[in-house]
Amino acid sequence: MSMMSELEPEALPPEPAEPPKRVVGRTPFQLAWARFKRDKLALVSLVVLVLMAIFALMAPLWADWTGHPYDQTFPKTALDAAGQPVGPGKDFWLGADQLGRDVLVRAAYGARISLVVGILSALLASLLGVAVGVLSGFVGGVTDTVLARIMDITLALPYLLVAIMLATTFQISSVTASLTLTILVIAFFSFASFGRIIRGQVMSLKQKEFIEAARSLGASNTRIMFVDVLPNLIAQVTVLTSLLIPTSIVFEATLSFLGVGVRLPMPSWGSMLGEGSDVFQTAWWLLVVPAVLLLLTTLSFNLLGDGIRDALDPRSDRIIGKK
Amino acid sequence: MLRFVIRRLLYSILVLWLVATLVFVFLNVSPVPVERVIGGPRATTDMLEQIRANLGLDQPVIVQYGKFLGRLLRGDLGDSYINGTSVASLISDRLPTTLWLVFGAGVLWFLGGVATGVYSATRARGLGDRAVTVFVLIGLSTPPFVMALVLLFVFSTKLGEAGFTFFEAGPPLQEHFLQRMILPWIALAFLMVAAYTRLTRGSMLDVLGEDYIRTARAKGLPERRVVYRHGLRSALTPVVTQFGIDLGALIGSTIVTEKVFGLQGVGQLVYQSINLGDTPVIIGVTLLVTFAVVIANLVVDVGYSVLDPRVRLS
Repeated sequence: MSMMSELEPEALPPEPAEPPKRVVGRTPFQLAWARFKRDKLALVSLVVLVLMAIFALMAPLWADWTGHPYDQTFPKTALDAAGQPVGPGKDFWLGADQLGRDVLVRAAYGARISLVVGILSALLASLLGVAVGVLSGFVGGVTDTVLARIMDITLALPYLLVAIMLATTFQISSVTASLTLTILVIAFFSFASFGRIIRGQVMSLKQKEFIEAARSLGASNTRIMFVDVLPNLIAQVTVLTSLLIPTSIVFEATLSFLGVGVRLPMPSWGSMLGEGSDVFQTAWWLLVVPAVLLLLTTLSFNLLGDGIRDALDPRSDRIIGKK
Repeated sequence: MLRFVIRRLLYSILVLWLVATLVFVFLNVSPVPVERVIGGPRATTDMLEQIRANLGLDQPVIVQYGKFLGRLLRGDLGDSYINGTSVASLISDRLPTTLWLVFGAGVLWFLGGVATGVYSATRARGLGDRAVTVFVLIGLSTPPFVMALVLLFVFSTKLGEAGFTFFEAGPPLQEHFLQRMILPWIALAFLMVAAYTRLTRGSMLDVLGEDYIRTARAKGLPERRVVYRHGLRSALTPVVTQFGIDLGALIGSTIVTEKVFGLQGVGQLVYQSINLGDTPVIIGVTLLVTFAVVIANLVVDVGYSVLDPRVRLS
């Protein structure tokens, strides 16, 4: 966008005429990092996410300090005479839930689930998306037709519905298995839109002169694919993957909210919201704690993703296709 | 054009068949034991066998699949395993609620998104634009079910205690229609408003950078006319395209909103059916939703070529 670049020129300080400085070459990574550092919001998000990761890693410590394992109920101390959960206080720092479990400890374990599922499924989806997209765009012909159709059909599937169906019919009871299934389901429904974008990119790259030059020099298809095409996709893949993480986190939370994501007793922010929804009226912290954590995490990942995009491609404005 | 539409329709049928088969195979590989659901916990093995036989579940899978396809070709979606009602009538009972939900929210998010997007684009990099950007990011980061829970908590629970009624629960839909629908609409539209603001803003900025906009300004046209008549008109094309696709896709994503607000739409129907193992209803709704997506895409593609002569259908 020409308009944007006029409005926002690269803010380079005027070079002093003398003494002549040696020009030091900077790697693309250094350039990107220099631009990223100027984006205050993205830096703050990075800090928030690091804190969130520390909060998640400390989950067993929280359980130790409070003396409240995440799956244990404390009917005597956590529920009042009327059977209502107690609010944030000395014993239960962020309150207790309707069964008398510690919300703080559960939220910390929930953070682990959100971060692990969000990051792993985004990585898996991007791996799959790049593989399919590059193959489809580069090879062309029948391969392209088949792969493109597969992506089309995946996109036409009602994803939430099929995800619920998958999770229900597999009748999984173990936490690890449900975690794996959740990650696979999310990756499966995210790879197609990813692959479509990569496919388009590869198809336009294929027309570029430098590919033609490589070909005329006698480079093999494999070499062109790995040496010329893939490195040119790195920026886009990084941006897309980082923006896929918050989407995946929301996906997991939604599945767990409906009771078909990560299985109980392992807490997830989504299942905490689902379980507590009957008692929000009296116990607001059951809504506020998981909702705020969830929002903070997705917002930070979105801001970080925007920051990464601006850093990697200074010409792009902050508009990219949604989802 | 006609050839294009026919080709796409044939392709749509292929997609529907694939989806139906996929779901059928899938529900057969790992079924929820529906006979247990019907028979109850005390049913004997004989009774369970009898129930399976009545539903035709004792036959080989390939025979079941053949019968299923035969029925489908005649446009018959079959009967519910649980209560024997035809799937078509179950769906048509629930569909109006879901359609009202989706279209109401659609109007809200389209108008909201376009208005905010234009506002933001005409003040690019200004204070208003920055505020909108923040709003967009918050909107895109808020899961719809969290929005629904928060709205329900604030407007129904808290303000309800204070004597305001923003939300009426319970059937029938016709009574207190607005009170019942307004919160679900907002919950469903919130994220989409953010997405459409972003889309409209980007599209507007693209268009406002074009030469013919400069020409219009050079002719001395008033800014309003430049923005709305010349700019918005062509900036809307991608937005309308996306709107068509999203309307179709959203019919399958109302499960959460319907659940939180207790609306008895198609989403709730399929959610309950999945838990009960009611295969015919699950397949019926899946097909309906996929059909909506496929048709929405077709309409958008054809509409696009009518609106924009530069797009050729091939």
